[in-house]
Amino acid sequence: MNDEQQQAFEQCLYRFVGRQVCARTAAKDAVNEAMIRHWAETVGDANPAYTDAQWAARSARGRIIAPPAMMYSWNQEGFPVVAQGRAPDAQTELVDLFNENGFTGVLGTNVKQEYYKEIGLGERVHLEMVIDNISEQKATARGIGYFFETLASFSDQHGDLIGTQRFRVLKFIPPETAAAADGGGAEQDTLQTPTRIAAPRGHDNSWWWEACDQGQVLIQRCRNCQTLRHPPRPMCGECQSLDWDSIESCLEGELLSFTELHHPRIPGYPLPLICGVIRLREGVNLVANIVGAEEQALAIGMRVQGKVEQVDEKTMLPQFYPAENGVEK
Amino acid sequence: MVANIKDKAVICGIGNTEFSKNSGVSELNLAVRACKAALDDAGLSPADVDGMVTFTMDTSDEIEVARALGVGEMTFYGRAHYGGGAATATLHQAAMAVATGMAETVLCYRALNGRSGHRFSSGVSGTITTADAIHWGWYTPYGLLTPASWVGMFTQRWMHLTGVTKDALYEVAKATRDYAANNPAAFFHGQTFDRAEYDAQRMISTPLQLFDCCQESDGGSAVLVTTPERARDLRQSGVAIRGVAQCAARDQEQMTSFYRQEFAGIPEMERAARDAYAMSGLGPEDIDAAVIYDAFSSIVLWQLEAWDFCGFGESGDFVQDGALRPGGRLPVNTHGGQLSEAYIHGVNGIVEAVRLVRGTSVNQPAKTVEHALVTSGVGIPTGGALLGKQD
Repeated sequence: MNDEQQQAFEQCLYRFVGRQVCARTAAKDAVNEAMIRHWAETVGDANPAYTDAQWAARSARGRIIAPPAMMYSWNQEGFPVVAQGRAPDAQTELVDLFNENGFTGVLGTNVKQEYYKEIGLGERVHLEMVIDNISEQKATARGIGYFFETLASFSDQHGDLIGTQRFRVLKFIPPETAAAADGGGAEQDTLQTPTRIAAPRGHDNSWWWEACDQGQVLIQRCRNCQTLRHPPRPMCGECQSLDWDSIESCLEGELLSFTELHHPRIPGYPLPLICGVIRLREGVNLVANIVGAEEQALAIGMRVQGKVEQVDEKTMLPQFYPAENGVEK
Repeated sequence: MVANIKDKAVICGIGNTEFSKNSGVSELNLAVRACKAALDDAGLSPADVDGMVTFTMDTSDEIEVARALGVGEMTFYGRAHYGGGAATATLHQAAMAVATGMAETVLCYRALNGRSGHRFSSGVSGTITTADAIHWGWYTPYGLLTPASWVGMFTQRWMHLTGVTKDALYEVAKATRDYAANNPAAFFHGQTFDRAEYDAQRMISTPLQLFDCCQESDGGSAVLVTTPERARDLRQSGVAIRGVAQCAARDQEQMTSFYRQEFAGIPEMERAARDAYAMSGLGPEDIDAAVIYDAFSSIVLWQLEAWDFCGFGESGDFVQDGALRPGGRLPVNTHGGQLSEAYIHGVNGIVEAVRLVRGTSVNQPAKTVEHALVTSGVGIPTGGALLGKQD
């Protein structure tokens, strides 16, 4: 989104501030013991002021009261809303506007309730809700987005205010979508294709993986005693030298062992999935995938030839073929 | 030779929770109940405990267990690393603490929701945050992610070099299934098993099929270790730790020591076996029964070789001659093992080894068990313990 697009978007966006989501509407049910009990059980609130009529009669209030924190429950939509969807209102329109402009991420960030008056059995809660405010654009840990806040006001049958609830939501552009947009509109579908679990890169191994990204398999070599070692580590176990360089492997080798992973299936990995240990001609072992042959065609001791290949859109790896297949170097 | 603490620490209590696929309770709940059961078995109270050892992988901190259990001052607490390799390492640490006087009565425990919670078979994931993340990174891009895949790789080469076949792997699985059939606490209690059923199961990672792999279980196990003097005054006859040892060998990785020049072997267990035998003054001929860590069928075979019950490559013939069976040379995993009772990371195996020496196993061999071996998981730094009747 460039500056001009953003300005146009925000012009539409801020028109929602102050818009009514719903006019003052009475709850379908009056305050009643059954709903209070269900709510209190679910929340785990054993306060007798809500559920024990005898106790409540002897209390200072002289009657059962509805749990104040429950006030939002009285006007909740019933189950049909799940199947039939919510009827359009200012809030659904606002959410649609966000989604259409790439702000598809959603995160409820806070709820704040204030209570003014207690209500008892037989009374009826009324709800009215507006979009109270929308923030300027924010860079959050989740991504670029806007906070919007709805203000719900609850009143009784006389119109007296019972309480209010502010609900704050962040609508943001999820990082994957942002990356796709930066990459010139790469297809979201391909990005959702699982890829292999990458090796974490640290001081001692990132150089190896960076070379692999460039199509090379390197073997660390002690600069003092010339001993080769793999996987890389900071010190030579033979002479304790910290000084090292590397050589490039010819990727010719012998298969020392292999296993085909049948179960469980792991998203992002091909079938058949065969892993092997290869003794490289340079003398060190390397774990890698064996491709280009069924497991039945493999045998311990056979010659294999490796090649660094792109195995998914993010991953370069050495892969080994039976040498008879005549892979060109 | 390592320091000798032969008979300077004695197991005086053992406890298990029930084993299940869905405990419905926290791992701390399981840990505390297993510990309480071990205390009850010994006739001791939480106030008598002054030390604790568990696995680094355990989620129930020693002080949480202590608070829940009502333990007072602890003067020793520690953790043993490397997955199931920690099983007898808990005994190792407890025995050292008791032998040196750093503590008098030490609880060793392990509790996990291994089926309803985190499942080991789900493999290492992209969200690893442990210090050995880099190590796993040499395997994750290739999909070598699960314990079965790592052990499959070792097994394939070992079978190739030794000529041992699936017949031997089946015999390990079958022996534990037959023991489990008679053990009410076992997952496979009361169930029959035969070669056709074994062969019919899906391949997990070649050459390991489903019943070459252990259970994934919810449950807890605990053993209580104390001084020989105190053990003599307690409810149960004491089971002395005759020898205990652990070892991380050269070029050792966790489950993936594929970069050794030869990886069809477990040199770390060979060293631990030598040390435990030397400490105890015992040899393989003195061992009457064993609990051998069986996360997979094949690893039992390697350990029989490492503990010198037979030579390299001879374990196939050894087990196929019926050695693991009730009347055999070395009854093994008489509770059903982790293949067929429950996978409590080897600590349910320590409990069974104590029962074997006490003479109270549900499948107690007819011969007198003077000495029993119990081992930790292999492919990782590992170890074992030799237990015997307290003098």
